[in-house]
Amino acid sequence: MIDTPTFELDERFRAAAAAEGLLDVAYDVFDDTAMGPLLVGVTDRGLCRISFDPNPERELEQLARVYGPRVLRSSRPVDRVHRELDEYLEGRRRSFDVDLDLRGQPDFYVRVLAELARVGYGETTTYGTLAARTGNPRAARAVGTVMNRNPVPIVLPCHRVVGANGSLTGYGGGLHRKELLLRLEGAIL
Amino acid sequence: MAVAVPPFETFYESHKTEVFRFLVSRIGRDRAEDAFQETFLRALRAYERLEHGEHLRAWALTIANRIVLDGHRRQRPQGDMPDLVTEDGRPAYEELAPLTDDLPPKERAAVVLRYGYDLGYDEIGAALGSTEAAARQAASAGVRRLRKEQQ
Repeated sequence: MIDTPTFELDERFRAAAAAEGLLDVAYDVFDDTAMGPLLVGVTDRGLCRISFDPNPERELEQLARVYGPRVLRSSRPVDRVHRELDEYLEGRRRSFDVDLDLRGQPDFYVRVLAELARVGYGETTTYGTLAARTGNPRAARAVGTVMNRNPVPIVLPCHRVVGANGSLTGYGGGLHRKELLLRLEGAIL
Repeated sequence: MAVAVPPFETFYESHKTEVFRFLVSRIGRDRAEDAFQETFLRALRAYERLEHGEHLRAWALTIANRIVLDGHRRQRPQGDMPDLVTEDGRPAYEELAPLTDDLPPKERAAVVLRYGYDLGYDEIGAALGSTEAAARQAASAGVRRLRKEQQ
């Protein structure tokens, strides 16, 4: 018999690591969502990452660079976000009740993301409008870049930002996902 | 340039099986489970202070080794060496392991890591917080001591 740590032992360690407060980022990958696999990361301050990238290696390195190297998969700390995402994707939730940890984001990004957070369920806005609300009406293109690099898509609703002519324009997670979310919210038919 | 410290997940996944086998071979399957968790919790507590990502395998095994030694101090073991894990292909070490219990900790760690886990002396030195030369010396002192005890 080849000795390997059992599943239970493995999970017990991951839970203990989080319970002792030893993690910079706890993350988990939810494989079976309507949006495909989602990697979700939280710190002790709040949600810091939602990623559509099914291969987490690069994500983990990025998280380690920003928040510290103690990045470990551990499901308990992300339970709440998991539940809220499920509810949202099943159409049973219209807003998220989780704190965010946006450390490492440049000031301009934080300002734009704060404005983005005010765009409500089922509404859409444009890159130009968001730029104007941030105090710089000519920065539509820069706002587009911030949307593209949104660290917590879905929860910060960059899918609700569309082109001035109404076209969907683009989405960090792929246009099909943007369309799916807007359809879910009834913003498009 | 120094190798960056990898995310803990990567470190843990790379070494958990070997650390677990090491612990099973040293203290048996039952006690290995607690020691396994303690090894990686201890690694996690020290992880932030690592300055580079080199010698992490040796580092993990050294922590596991220390946990075993700490456990020995608390409760003297009952000579219940587990069955040899032959798939590991380390019979020489399996025969050596029970004999090393009474070596001074540094010599013991050097012998175990060198002959049980094939680590280079540079890695052992780094894991023990000393130099390659000191690690070589500790290992050969340990082997000499073992030979003397065998006679």
